[in-house]
Amino acid sequence: MRSSPLQKFIVAVLGWTVALLMFFPVAWMVLTSFKTEIDAVHSPPLLVFHPTLANFTHVIYLGNYLGALTNSVAISLGSTVLGLLIAMPAAYAMAFFPNRWTKDLLLWMLSTKMMPAVGVLMPIYLLCQRSGLLDTLSGLILVMMLSNLPIIVWMLYTFFKEVPGDIIEASRMDGAGVLAQLRVVLLPLAGPGIASTALLSIILSWNEAFWSINLTSVNAAPLTAFIATFSAPEGLFWAKLSAASTLAVAPILIFGWMTQRQLVRGLTFGAVK
Amino acid sequence: MRFTLKAALTAALLAVPGANALATTITIATVNNNDMVVMQKLSKQWEQETGNKIKWVVLEENVLRQRVTTDIATHGGQFDIVTIGSYEAPIWAKRGWLVKLNDFPASYDYNDLLPPVRAALTVNGTMYAAPFYAESSFTMYRKDLFEKAGLTMPDQPTYAQIEQFADKLTDKSKQQYGICLRGKPGWGENMAYLGTLVNTYGGRWFDGHWQPQLTSQPWEDAINFYVNLMKKDGPPGAASDGFNEAEALFATGHCAIWIDSTVAAGMLDDPKQSQVAGEVGFAKAPVAVTNHGAAWQWIWSLAIPSSSRHEKTAKSFIAWATSAQYVDLVGKTDGWGVAPPGTRTSTYENPDYLKAAPFANEVLSAIDSADPQHPTLQPVPYTGIQFVAIAPFQQIGTTVGQDIAGALSGDTSVSAALQSAQDSTTAAMQQAGYLN
Repeated sequence: MRSSPLQKFIVAVLGWTVALLMFFPVAWMVLTSFKTEIDAVHSPPLLVFHPTLANFTHVIYLGNYLGALTNSVAISLGSTVLGLLIAMPAAYAMAFFPNRWTKDLLLWMLSTKMMPAVGVLMPIYLLCQRSGLLDTLSGLILVMMLSNLPIIVWMLYTFFKEVPGDIIEASRMDGAGVLAQLRVVLLPLAGPGIASTALLSIILSWNEAFWSINLTSVNAAPLTAFIATFSAPEGLFWAKLSAASTLAVAPILIFGWMTQRQLVRGLTFGAVK
Repeated sequence: MRFTLKAALTAALLAVPGANALATTITIATVNNNDMVVMQKLSKQWEQETGNKIKWVVLEENVLRQRVTTDIATHGGQFDIVTIGSYEAPIWAKRGWLVKLNDFPASYDYNDLLPPVRAALTVNGTMYAAPFYAESSFTMYRKDLFEKAGLTMPDQPTYAQIEQFADKLTDKSKQQYGICLRGKPGWGENMAYLGTLVNTYGGRWFDGHWQPQLTSQPWEDAINFYVNLMKKDGPPGAASDGFNEAEALFATGHCAIWIDSTVAAGMLDDPKQSQVAGEVGFAKAPVAVTNHGAAWQWIWSLAIPSSSRHEKTAKSFIAWATSAQYVDLVGKTDGWGVAPPGTRTSTYENPDYLKAAPFANEVLSAIDSADPQHPTLQPVPYTGIQFVAIAPFQQIGTTVGQDIAGALSGDTSVSAALQSAQDSTTAAMQQAGYLN
């Protein structure tokens, strides 16, 4: 059934409205970052104002932006690569060689995400402290990877399930070992799914604030900890906070825009059968 | 062989004249506010003078408190200096978490510190934290609006007068509200102000046996007054207003009266941060039944956790950053208006400071009048004016703050909110072992 021009128009208007509503806070944050503190709290809010770069200068001067950016890149990429290395064999085994425990195991893995992170703060903190991983990139990569692992395994499992088991079996009969099956058959077939899983893991690690703030101080602090530097209950720092947030989200926003085709394709992969 | 080589290299390094063999890097965990930003900037001078280096961890107050508590309790040793308030200082000192700060050089001049400020950071005669700046609470009002309405703010208003003024100055059609007060729940947010309100109404958190008193008449009177006043003359959505939101409202001309921290004075008087600069008058914190505990006292101070591995260098920095010379340095480089207030007598004897800070005398008198040792009309087993210096208070204060915010937003009645607060406080005190 083809939709009429009116239906198309309504869908387009709805789509744009939702998109603008979702983008508004980000746009307002960027706008606020160019205001002075007094303009930032002006009532009614100002749309026309004299823009300033002073907030950016201030946050870059006081905070260690480049260091935090490097740490964010290292942590999100590191945890994603490590997560994929562990999750791919796990998802492969669960998708193609399921047993009676597979469903329970998957649900149990996901259930670990249902517990608030603060519930395990002390044990994780002490483990990191005793093993010398506190305020280190490797410590945070490990924690981030473990925190995202259930989602990575679930997503990969779903994508792998879309690949017909016969193809895998045929390759096995042709003499392909496990590594060859993964590399030659599974990777090309589930490539978009793996890519979107990786992208999602990067975004989740980039935005994660709880562990970043609690397990780092100076050496491994990523951009989320950098933003937290500019939050204060006494004193107007909204414009500076907006500048810090803009600087922190800009790289991942640009990255998201650049990879949105793969991201959407991967997320909707297998959605319509 | 390896040992010999290492020893030789160490010896060579120590022998090189001018080599910073003793240079140390210290880590300071601090809150983000104007005074700390200035300290961060000026600390480069200390680094140059001593050859030492500083790494900063700047966090929002509540996050910082949680991070530092975790680190100290687990002997993490991540921080050499921490910024703590007058709530933590006595509790942590008694637990042995802080290093004594009673051996600064003579030039530090301990006697120059304002007596109530020094007393709040002292346990059994020993100072455990050095005051960086101190604040109290007072009344800020719009002189222009008062003049236009033919009103005069007394030197120390009563709450009855505050209500009259607020009624008269409220014009909701112009989004002009007679009064702005904190409403956002939290022990350091609405409960900081409400603690002083209850005190001046003759109330107290606990009696001599640690029995919670939240359903007593003074609490009922104080909270009913607050909720009614805010509903009549306060801004809409006041239950989500903290210091920053109230400051933004006042600075943009929407409030006629604001009772809050003395640190707001400098911000409201600065044309870069306030549209009402030059129009702001200051008076003492209002009173109702008693003067006791009508104005709060809060001190941001620098302390050394006992887990620090660089105690000597940390002490050297604290002695520098909390000295009279540092106040002088801020005045000369960043302007006297932003010099750290409320810690030293010499600051209030400095004509340059008095000229740049027209609110200086009101701030000094507010800080001087605050007596955390005797915060209430009736005797209490605790110290602290807007807080109770016991470990479970953070949780208790925040829960009670949520109940009262519920009454302010109209979700519940004042008496129901106080009953709920009484029950949760009793349970928390039992859990903490104060009650059977």
